[in-house]
Order: sequence, then structure tokens, then C-alpha cells
Amino acid sequence: MSRLGKITRRTLLVGAVAVAGGAAFGTYKIRKPVTNPLRPEHGASLNPYVIIDQQGISIIAPRAEMGQGVHTTLAALVAEELDADWESIRVLHGPPAAAYFNAALAHGALPVPDYDLKPWQRRVTQGLGAASKLLGLQVTGGSTSTVDGFERMRLAGASAREALKAVAADRLGVVRGDLRTEAGRVITPDGTEIDYRDLVEAAATRPVPQVELRHPYEWKLLGQSLPRSDMRAKVTGQAEFSTDIVLEGMKFATVRICPYLGGGMAGFDPAPALAVAGVERVLDLGDGVAVIASNTWAAMQGAEAVAIDWTPSHLPATTDAMFEQIAQAFAARPNSTMRDQGAPDDIPAGIEVEYRVPFLAHSTMEPMGATAVLQDGHLTVWVGNQAPREHLKVAAQAAGISEDNVTLHTVFLGGGFGRRVETDITRQAARIAALVPETPIRLTWSREEDMRHDFYRPAAIARMRGAVEDGRAVLFDAQIAAPSVTRAALGRIIGRQMGGPDKGHVEGAFDQPYAIPNYRVAGHLADLDVPIGFWRAVGNSFNGFFHECFIDELAHAAGRDPLQFRLDHVGVESPVAGGVLEAVRDMSDWGAPVSENVGRGVAMIWSFGTPTAVVIDLEREARGIRIARAFMACDPGLVLDPAIVRAQMESGLIYGLSAAVMGEITFTDGRADQGNFPEYDALRMFNTPRIEVGILQDNPHMGGVGEPGTPPAMPALANALFALTGQRVRSLPLLPHADFLV
Amino acid sequence: MSVSLTVNGTVRQSSLDPETPLLWVLRDEFGLTGTKFGCGVAACGACTVHIDGEAVRACQIALGDVWGPVTTIEGLSQGYTLAPLQQAWVRHQVAQCGFCQSGQIMQAAELLAQNPAPTDAEIDEAMAGNLCRCGTYSVIRAAIHDAARALNGGSAG
Repeated sequence: MSRLGKITRRTLLVGAVAVAGGAAFGTYKIRKPVTNPLRPEHGASLNPYVIIDQQGISIIAPRAEMGQGVHTTLAALVAEELDADWESIRVLHGPPAAAYFNAALAHGALPVPDYDLKPWQRRVTQGLGAASKLLGLQVTGGSTSTVDGFERMRLAGASAREALKAVAADRLGVVRGDLRTEAGRVITPDGTEIDYRDLVEAAATRPVPQVELRHPYEWKLLGQSLPRSDMRAKVTGQAEFSTDIVLEGMKFATVRICPYLGGGMAGFDPAPALAVAGVERVLDLGDGVAVIASNTWAAMQGAEAVAIDWTPSHLPATTDAMFEQIAQAFAARPNSTMRDQGAPDDIPAGIEVEYRVPFLAHSTMEPMGATAVLQDGHLTVWVGNQAPREHLKVAAQAAGISEDNVTLHTVFLGGGFGRRVETDITRQAARIAALVPETPIRLTWSREEDMRHDFYRPAAIARMRGAVEDGRAVLFDAQIAAPSVTRAALGRIIGRQMGGPDKGHVEGAFDQPYAIPNYRVAGHLADLDVPIGFWRAVGNSFNGFFHECFIDELAHAAGRDPLQFRLDHVGVESPVAGGVLEAVRDMSDWGAPVSENVGRGVAMIWSFGTPTAVVIDLEREARGIRIARAFMACDPGLVLDPAIVRAQMESGLIYGLSAAVMGEITFTDGRADQGNFPEYDALRMFNTPRIEVGILQDNPHMGGVGEPGTPPAMPALANALFALTGQRVRSLPLLPHADFLV
Repeated sequence: MSVSLTVNGTVRQSSLDPETPLLWVLRDEFGLTGTKFGCGVAACGACTVHIDGEAVRACQIALGDVWGPVTTIEGLSQGYTLAPLQQAWVRHQVAQCGFCQSGQIMQAAELLAQNPAPTDAEIDEAMAGNLCRCGTYSVIRAAIHDAARALNGGSAG
């Protein structure tokens, strides 16, 4: 445990926070106490979320800040109960530690639609959280952070507050119940104030008081749009990302790994690289090279100059051949049929169509990077990441040392979207640092390396059969084929293959709140070895498109208004989901006459616990089709920070629209054809719609907000294109089929 | 051989090859890491800095070609007091991941220097080269309008 103490102190020091003399203190118990990683070497009773030292109050966020505002909301949970002064707290990334397990990751484990979970099923999934704890998955993902922290981080704040009050009560000879707390101070009935800093040492050694959480009516911070804790650093250039760490004697590195995915390196000649001014070393990484130089530019020039003999990829030579391989999965038995109602085989299909979506890159704003140094046998890594314990493990393996000898600092992530769960960058940084011990290394990938070595959102194919009768859907029968993200990514993380029905593969299709008598969704797992991973909204990102475009087709086949058609099928099944559809209907004045130069589309997807509906307005202009307006409504239940929810909804929408308009990774001989933004662009300010977000709170259960904006964006756009042009495009991206303004 | 340049009001010497893009001189040699690398091909704007008041892509300007004093995000504020644009960014809570925001702010600063009261369309055009994968565009636009009002002596917010 002393190592974790050291780790934490180093973490805090890097965050420019002196913790000497500080104390962490503690409370939270879930069946049995978690080990507090913040324990000072000679520490007492501890809390993984609060440190008070002479500088003030630091709140430890167990999740990665990648833009989604999680540091702010998680810190507010603690600060609310602790009565800390919001403007003066500091928020820090927690070190890799089992205490920071994400219990809410398991909430989606049952093969049941979220909207339809019975109370006992919710209790079962909460029990499954303990399994996640055993695995110790400290993962930021699945739009789970706030739900996961909602109770335990408030408890951490509350018990710390009561411990501080207890010390003050003893010291003053008064009853604890007569004391109140405000802005980091304990206040007596006669107005005497004692700063928490003067109580903390004693408070840290006390038994943890049992506390009740405050009623939401009493909240002062939660429920408000708070100033984000990271804002000032991010507008002054002071926020530290993976390659912003400045160390004495630092060298600069980049890598060039075999771009023919799955291929390797038969040999290389470093001479041309070594001739580049500033290049110092070329290292053999097995499947590619690392180049170390006096600056990153020289390293990148050097990496380009190395003459490398690549060995080929075993992947199909073309993207078309990859799709053929995916389609072959339809011939095999489905991996899952998680929705299977009525007798779909007995209903003749009125519509039978196929949909396709492409591979996508995460394309985070910050290319992969890390800083690392191996000094006196101890490896220190700074890397923005979504899974610190996994990164730490991989770093130790790559450097050939024990995990005890690794310190891993999570720094700000320049976008995550699922990409930074993956440990490849950390493995490389650790390996390079181990090859040049005592030399700090700043490793920066080129954009091309980033785009060509992603863990892509998989391509997918859906075969749909449907029928309508008397204005209603009577058949919705979907078969979905794609390689399995769950198996690929979880296999990498936990080191074993997941068996059984793959829920992530069909999420967004099997679990939608529609009442359709013959309703079936079958998932077929394709055997295709393209590296794939979690991409914002994961399975929902493609299944949402399939589901909601096909619902649109059924609506038009029935001669019905597509929004009212949805409401007729959704309202009975889930009033909460019906609510978001009604909200976008009202916000957009749906049904009012529009000019013939305007096309409106709608879609609604329930993902990560949050139903989200989107209406898109397209307008034909002289220069092309403009995505003029977007109306979104979501219902994540209890909202802790409305501005952050709104920002995440807009963010998710734009991420989805960008992919739907122009996102596509294709492969030739196993190498991605796209390498940089000119070939893989995204929406920019001028072609992003004006967005209006409505936030409802009728959902009795808290849902996530980081991802649910993405899935409905894509089908709403395609449905709007149909409304505008009459052309039903059943593949993405749309740009090859329509002249969007880009 | 060394190249002399003025960065945020301070004269500095670089020992890097004059062909080295300014971006890497700033980040790697001078430790000014607020300027970000995003693409290396002038397609994202993350590395936007000012040379003699003009917003440029630091990944495309060779050290030897720098023609005037350089201002980076670190040089925009006066000590602890944020520049009006940075204040507007805070008021509108613009940043998400924050990686593109140095470049966005530097691009916006040039716009307001040339056009103290830009329209939506003028902002959209000026900011077209600056990508944001988090999608903060609507609040960036609002913050620019707000900063323009503040700079013109109107009330911000």
C-alpha cells in the first residue's frame, strides 16, 4: 500500500498540488471496505475521494475527464455534502486503483431492454456491480460515470463533513448536531468558525460516522449548471494533456507501425532516418519502428524516412470483400435473438431491404500520445486514458517490470469517445522508455498513425423485413451482422473471450420501446479481424441507424406521419420515450407546413438509459444541402448539471452527424485509405446546425448523457434527406448520395 | 546556428533546424505546450498562433520563415487577468475536452482584431478552418459575439 501512497503523492504533485501534511479520509463501504489508494504511508482511516491539506480541498475524480464534464459533476457530488466552496476546490484524476471500480458498467448486463427493466432486475444488476468491483474495472465508458458516483461520492462528502464536525465538537465541548458547515468551515451556534484545514488531521483518524444523505430539496450545487472545474486551464493553454509534460532532458519520439493491419515488419534500414537532422535513434518495435529525436518534427521526418519492408495483412484486400465476409455471417445461426415476439416467419414482408454502415475512426482531436520515463527501475507514465489499471498493467508488461514499479498519471484527454480505453499507446511508450532508460520520452503519433491504427467502429449490415397494416407496423424483423466489438475490446481488456449472447452487438435495435406484435432482432457475429473497439454509443451507433430508418420506411409505407407513427407505437410501450418524441414535436413545430426546400426527419433511440429524440431540418441552398436545424429532447431522469447535459447532447449529435455525412474508413490491402482530416473530415462551424436541446426529467431512473445524442442523429439525418429528396439512402455516409454543404 | 524570434514579448533563441515548423519549436524547445498538434497539414487549426497579429497554422510555418513577433495562447492573458475572449469562453463554458480551444481562441482573436462586430456568417467563415471534435461550435460562436460586445464597450454576458 505504501506504493499507492507514493503514487498518489506523485499524482498530486504533478497536478501542482502539495499534499504534504494533507490527509485523506474516509467512509465508503459497499459490503466490505475498499482499499483506499490515497492512504499516506503512515495513514489512518481513509476516503478515496477527498484530500484536505493546507492548500484547501481536493476532490478525486475516479473517471477520466475527456470533455464530458465528469470532473465537474463528480466533484459536485462530493462538494454538495462536504459543504466545500465550489470556486476553491481542486479536482484531480484518481490513480489506478481497485477502489475506483465502475459498478454501473454492469447495469447493462441483463439481456433486457433498459426501458423495460423490472425493479427486481435493477436490483440484480446493482448486485452485478460487485462483480465489476472484483474485476476492478476502472473504466470511463458506457455513459455510466454519474450514475456510478451518484451515491458513493455524496456519501464520501457527507461522512467527511461529519468527521470534521465531530472533531470540532470535541474540541469545543459542544454537541455535533449543533454545528453546521459552510464553504469549508465548521460553524458553531455562536458564530465561531473553524476551517476544515485545522480539523482534518484529527478527523482522518476517527471512525467513519454513519450519515444520511441530504434530500435533493436541500441541494445547493447539484441540479445547477456549475462553472466547470477545468475551464480556466483549458482557455489558457495550461491544461496538461499526454504530450504536454515537460521533463528535464526529454527526448521526442514517434512511431511508424505496419499500416497493413495484422501485418508486420520483415526488416528495416534506419540509415535514411539517421541522416535527418535531429534524429538520434531508430528502435525496433517488432511490427514497426520508433524514432527518437531532439524534437517531434525530426522524429516524424525520420519515421517517414526509414526504409521498411512490411509484411502483408491477412485481411481481405478490399472493403467490398470485407463486407462480403460480414455478409457471410448471415448464413450461420444467430449469436442472439434478444427480441423475439410473435411469429415473424408467418408474416409476409411488405418491405425487404438491406442497410450498410462503414468502419469509422474515433478521430479524437488529440492524436494518441504519452510521456514516459524509466528511472532507477521505476517507470512513470503520463497518459490520458479511460482505463488506468489496464494501462498500468500493460505498461509494466511492456517495460518488463512489476506493476509495483509503475506509476501512471491520468492527464486530460483530448477527446476519448472510447479510443483511450485501448492500451496500445501506453504499451509503446513504456517499451520505448525501457529501451532508453533514464531518458524521458514524449511520444506523439502523427495524425496518419492515429487514423491508420485505430480500433474502428465496425462496419455492419442489416437485413430488414417489415410489414404494415391499418397504419401500424405488424412486422419488424432485423438481422444484424458485424464483427463483435464486445468480444474484441473486452477480450483485450480482461484477457479472455466473452461467450454467450452479445448484447452490445444488437443494442439500439433489440431494446427499443416500440409495441410491434411481430418483432425480432437477431445478431450475427462476423468473422473479420479488423481491429475494432468502443466508438461513441458502440452498437447503438449502427443499430440506431438501422432501426430508426426502417421505422421511417414502415411509417411511409403505412402512409403515416413518421413522428405520429412512432408515438403510436412508443407511447404505450414507454411513456418516458413517448415524452421525448412529443417534446421534439412541439419544439420543432412538427407538422406545420414547410417550404419545398426543407426536409424534416425524426428519430428516437433509447440508449445508455436515456431516450433521446432528434428532429433534423435540411434546407436546399444554392451551394448544397444545409443541415439547418436540430431539435433534440432527452430524458436522463434526475439532471445534476443541465449545462453539461446540454453540451453532451450537442456534442453527441454533432459526432453522429459528422459520421453520417462524411465518416468512412475504407481499406486497401488491410491499410486504411484515409489518413488525415482532408480524407476523414467532420462537421465544422459553418455546416453544423443550430441546435435546440430540451431536457426532460420524467425518467424514474438516471441515465447517461455522453453517448445517447449520437445514435438518433444519423437516422434523423437520413430520414430528413428522404423527406427532402424522396431518395431513401440505406448506407452511410450520405455525402456520396447528396450534395451536403461541406 | 540559432534563430532568434520573439514569443509572447520575450526574445528567444532556437537551435533547431530552420526548416522545423514553428509548432515544434514552441512545444518541444520552448515548452509552450498550450499550442497543440492535431494534424500537421493545416486542416484542423489546433496549432493556430499569431505572427505579427495574423493567425497562422504553426505546423506550416518554418522557423526560418517567421516574419514577426509570435503570440501563443500563453501570451494572450495579462498575468492572471484573462483576455476578453478567454473571459467570454469561461462565461459561455465553451471547452469540453479543450484540445482545440487554444487554436479556436487565437483564430477568434484575429477575427475580432479585424472585425470588431462580426455577423454569424462572418464568424462561421473565419472559424471554418478550426475543427472541434467535441462539437462546441454553438458556444464558440456565442462567446465570440459576447467578447465583441465586451470589447466594444457594451455589456458582456
